[in-house]
Parts: sequence; structure tokens; C-alpha cells
Amino acid sequence: MKFHNDTSMRHVISLVIENESGALSRVSGLFSARGYNIESLTVAPTEDASLSRMTIVTSGSDDIVEQITKQLNKLVEVVKVVDLSESAHIERELMLVKVRATGKDRDEMKRLADIFRGRIIDVTDTTYVIELTGTQAKLDSFVGAIDAGLILETVRSGICGVGRGERVLKV
Amino acid sequence: MVLTGAEIVIRCLQEEKVDYLFGYPGGAVLYIYDELFKQDKVRHVLVRHEQAAIHAADGYARSTDKVGVALVTSGPGATNAVTGIATAYCDSIPMVVISGQVPTAAIGQDAFQEVDTVGITRPCVKHNFLVRDVRDIARTIKKAFFLARTGRPGPVLVDIPKDITAQKCEFDYPQSVSIRSYNPVLKGHQGQIKKALQLLLEAKRPMIYTGGGVVLGDASDKLATLVRKLGFPCTNTLMGLGGYPATDRQYVGMLGMHGTYEANMGMHYCDVLLAVGARFDDRVIGSPAHFASEPRKIIHIDIDPSSISKRVKVDVPIVGDVGEVLGEMLAALDATTEKPDQESLAGWWKQIEEWRRRDCLKFNQSDSGLIKPQYVIQKLWEVTGGDAFVTSDVGQHQMWAAQYYKFDKPRRWVNSGGLGTMGFGLPAAMGVQLAHPGSPVACVTGEASIQMNIQELSTCKQFRLPIKVVMLNNRYLGMVRQWQEIFHGNRYSESYMDALPDFARLAEAYGHVGIRVDQPGDVEGALREAFKRKSELVFLDIQVDQTENVYPMVQGGKGLTDMILSAEDL
Repeated sequence: MKFHNDTSMRHVISLVIENESGALSRVSGLFSARGYNIESLTVAPTEDASLSRMTIVTSGSDDIVEQITKQLNKLVEVVKVVDLSESAHIERELMLVKVRATGKDRDEMKRLADIFRGRIIDVTDTTYVIELTGTQAKLDSFVGAIDAGLILETVRSGICGVGRGERVLKV
Repeated sequence: MVLTGAEIVIRCLQEEKVDYLFGYPGGAVLYIYDELFKQDKVRHVLVRHEQAAIHAADGYARSTDKVGVALVTSGPGATNAVTGIATAYCDSIPMVVISGQVPTAAIGQDAFQEVDTVGITRPCVKHNFLVRDVRDIARTIKKAFFLARTGRPGPVLVDIPKDITAQKCEFDYPQSVSIRSYNPVLKGHQGQIKKALQLLLEAKRPMIYTGGGVVLGDASDKLATLVRKLGFPCTNTLMGLGGYPATDRQYVGMLGMHGTYEANMGMHYCDVLLAVGARFDDRVIGSPAHFASEPRKIIHIDIDPSSISKRVKVDVPIVGDVGEVLGEMLAALDATTEKPDQESLAGWWKQIEEWRRRDCLKFNQSDSGLIKPQYVIQKLWEVTGGDAFVTSDVGQHQMWAAQYYKFDKPRRWVNSGGLGTMGFGLPAAMGVQLAHPGSPVACVTGEASIQMNIQELSTCKQFRLPIKVVMLNNRYLGMVRQWQEIFHGNRYSESYMDALPDFARLAEAYGHVGIRVDQPGDVEGALREAFKRKSELVFLDIQVDQTENVYPMVQGGKGLTDMILSAEDL
């Protein structure tokens, strides 16, 4: 491995952190203070309410990502850190898209949502809200497939990730 | 036993055997100060500025193996403390800071003297806490001490709202505490230690490079044993001075930006490097690309995994407590019959001695009637028999103290290495002097740095601290002037300080002894006179050569071997 390489790769880092006030800002503060990228960050409590699970999408060369995981581990409240992208894993993101749905566009929207296995979860005379989950790429291509002029708003959750098979991130 | 939050705070400090608490009262900590008043186990040292409280606690911690403790009020009390906390953080100093906070109900209301102390200090503490329930105080303080002193040490802040200190609950101080997410690795990996030893035994041009970790880990005896058994050269960083005896033949001096020729050359051209409790920072190796241009195998022992392979790729990382790992390494060395390659080693030493003969720290005192700053430090070393505690501020005087005072013991050299905080020296010396009553303590400073916390002369009077302030007065922000001379065409932008006070008389105004020294011939006598006055603070205002620069010098971002050795190289 070359040490100071410039090849910036996308990484999905998953971590378990104490569910305490301020814990999120310790993580986000670390990224901004050290100049690391955050593409997305999601966090919510786990089935054990004392812990939160966080998925961070970042990018950087191998040595930077190594530093990111080390620095995250150094935070006192961080219990475990895994770079999911080191092996097989699944990523999902949730998107809600509010679209203009009138005239012939109304049927077209319904059809597109079906093709992408989205669900229409709110209907008015003039709008739909379409719920879609999938990888970032799938959500991107859905957004690309609809006429940009018909999109009223989009909300994306940032991705959640989990390792495949027996690989478990648990305390 | 049911106690108030304030009583619990004081009881916790007593349980932690805190003898000195450095602080400054204010509204949010009035209940705590009231409890301090009612007891005499924890002695409070009233500073004149909160920054000084933190530096004093810091000096106390650096010169002992104990945790320094400070107490400040909310708002400006806490923000004044931030520079001190960041100073301690950069140098990994174990410290607990207790700050008052506005009452719980007022938090977030922009109350009088309210700041988000936990938010402001978050990037410069090892960890911090906001206590929201009186029942959490004892466990939180226990955790704070545990975090501060274990693993890679550092400052921990506990922010306590005023109402919490007035509420009551049952007090029970936990004997121990564990944090599931915090388990520093202490023992080194056996396989890695074996690999490291093999590399060391096969080395042709070895170098041992050690930093503040050896001092903080109280591992200098083990380091000395290892260095002597191997017969290798050893260099210390600015933070690591005293980790290996400076008067020993195997010591090649400090390395880095103002390191010796032999240390920097040895560091660059070695084929196997053992780094112990050091972090290859920019002031030590200069440009990482230049450093990597020479092939060498690197072994790195450090308690903090994030310090390893951060700026320089390491071949054999060993995470663990430096004392433990050095002990394991010594045991492994004793168990093997293999010896270092004596023939290569002899050749390497010959090369090092050749570098050493350049005598890069030579200076000429006799030439002019001006006092050379280097000469003052040399005399300080002689007069104190090399056995004083020396604190310093930041700048040229700091580098001269590091270069010319030969520290043979750890924890004798107390300076702000990482953050480079001017104003550190005098308050740090207060903490050192309190921790070591009766021992000589010198504060080497400059006329600029000393003015950043000169109000502490008043604290020194109140607590009868016989510190010897050795001020190298060159009427310039010397290091700034040096850089302006070298890199900015002699344009001394704002680095000349006009309207300086008469420092000797200023010291006298505070009730101390002040002596001004103008002649080289008077330096030694003044130093002797100062140290003879065992119960008084003596302030030496020493007028030194204004144009003197610190050499050798590696310019920022350049390679370690690109040294400016003297003014002729410019």
C-alpha cells in the first residue's frame, strides 16, 4: 500500500455509541475539526436504548479512512467502529419525494413509482408523496427518471448499513 | 450520608487525595467555595486569572505523576480556562477541571455568565460531562479522574449547574469505575514485540527517538536500561526531555526544528528507528515526504493507536503503555543470546561522533559586551547543578532552555510543547513549586511571554512561592523577529515591544526581589544570589543580545537535514 495516496474511496462506517446528549456532536465535531468528509450521517437508538447506531458515509484515501476509524475509536463514548465497506454489506436509504401529479403526469408518476417499487403514501388532487427505499444509486436514478420540473421536494435519510451474513456489530 | 452537591464535590476531591485545587470563585460555584471554606484537606490556591489556574494545575501534574485539579466559575471563568485546557490537551496532561454552570432551568436562556462550556471545550478535552442530577456528581467525578489519568492522559472537564450543587442526595464514592466503551490497551502484542526486537538486533544504523509518552508513562528508567543494553544512540523530543539523561554519552540531543545536527542527521539516516511515546509531529520531522525519502524500518510504541501511522507510515506498530512495552521488550532482550551487530554499530557511532564534532550548539560569549542568552541558560544549569525544575514560556528562550539545560531526570522540564502557549511558564511554575516545596524552580521566560500572565506574581506572593524568574529580555518577540529576519526580509512587523516596564521594580511592587542584569560578568553572580534566597521569589531581568537567533534551525515544511546551523548559512 502506498502511504500518501490520493485515491479517494467511498467508505461506509458504522458505529455503536452511547446514547447520551452531546455524543452526536462529538462525532460531527471530529469530522469538521480534522477536515474529514461527511457525505451522510444517520443516527438513532438501537433496541438497547442506552446505545445508538450511526452510519457515516465518508470518502478519503486508505490512510485517511484509517485515521477516521482510529479517531472515532478514541472518542470515549464510542463503543465499536466498523468500516462496512471492507467486506460484503447492504446499504439502504429512504427517500420521500413530493411530486406534482396532475393530468397525464398523474398516471406516469404512478407507473414510475411501481417500476422502482416505490409506494405512494400521500395523495391529493394535485400531488403524490412517493416513498422509496434502496441504495443511493437506485434513489438517484429514480430522481433522474422523473421530470425535474415535477419534483416539489425530496427528503433523503442518508444510508443505513449492515454487514452481510454472520458479521454482526453488537456490544 | 445525605450531602449537598457542593459537599459531594469536595468529598470527591478529598477521596481522590487532591491536595491543591487551583481556582477562582464566582457566582455559579459559590456553594462549592462555601464547602471548601469548611474544610482544610483540599487547599485552594487563588490565582489572579483562570488561565493561570489551569496552567498551575498543569505544572503540578507534569512535575508529579498526579492529576492536576482546577475549579472555575461559569461563563468567563470557563472561557478563560480554555487556553489552559487546550494546552494540557495538546501535551496529554492528566487534569480534572470543574466548572460551574448557570442553574439547570437557566441553561439555554442566555443567562448571565452562561456559555456552553461543554460545547466550547469539546474539541480540547479528552472528555467532558454536564452533570444534570445531583446523584450523578460522585460517579462523574470518579470517571473524570479515571479518564484523565489512564490511557493517553488528558484534561477532563465536569460542568456542574449551580442548582445541582445545592440539592441533596445520599453520598457514596465509588471505589472503582468502568466505562464499557473505554478500554485502553496496556500490554504490547507479543508477536509485534518479537518482530521489533528482531529488527533492532539486525539494525546497522539504529536510532531511538522518544517523546513525552516516556515522561508521562514514568518509563525513563526502563528506557535507559534498554538504550544502554542495546548501545544505540537516543534522541528526545522537546516534550521528552529528561526521558533519557542528557549528559549521557549515548544521548545525541533534542531533535527537530531546533534540534542538534547529530540528532537530526541520525534520525534521517538511520535504518531502524524505534519511536517511543512520540508522534512524528511537524516540529519534529519537518516534511513527511522528505523524511520518507530515506528508506528505514520504523517501530512505534504508543498508547494511542491514532498516533501511529498518522504522519509517517510505521512498519511495526505496538499499541500499549510505553513502560509495559519497554519492560516486555527488555525481558525479550534478556531471553535471547543474540546481540546487536557490533561492527556496524561502531561504524554508525563513528559517523555520529563526526556529526557531533560540528558542535552545533557552540556560541561565543566573549566576543562582545552583550549577554548571550545561551550563556544564561548554561550558567543556570551550572548554578543549579542541573537539578532544578525548569518551566518555560514560548519562543526563543524556550528553545534555548531546551538546548542548553541538560535534563538528566524526567518531569524536570515543564513547557507548552504542542499548543505553544505564551504565558504558561509562571503559573506552571506555581504548580511545580507547590508540588515540590523546597526544590529549586526556575521559570525561563521572555519579556513578552511573562506579560501574558504577570499578574500571577501576586499569587506567588500570597502563597510564598520562591520561584526564580529568569527573564531573557531582548525587547523583541524574539522568535517572531527571527522568522521575520529569515523569511520576511527583516521587516520586523509588530515584533518590537516598546514601553516595557522596569521589571525589577515591578517585581518589587509585588513584594518580591527584582534584579536587573546588564553585564555578562554579572550573570552568574545574579543567578547564585537568586537561588541563595530560598524563601523569596527573585525576578531576574537579564538584558540579552537582541539579535541572537536560535540555531540549528529547520525551516517549517523542509527536510530534517536542511539545517541552518548559524547566521553564516543564511
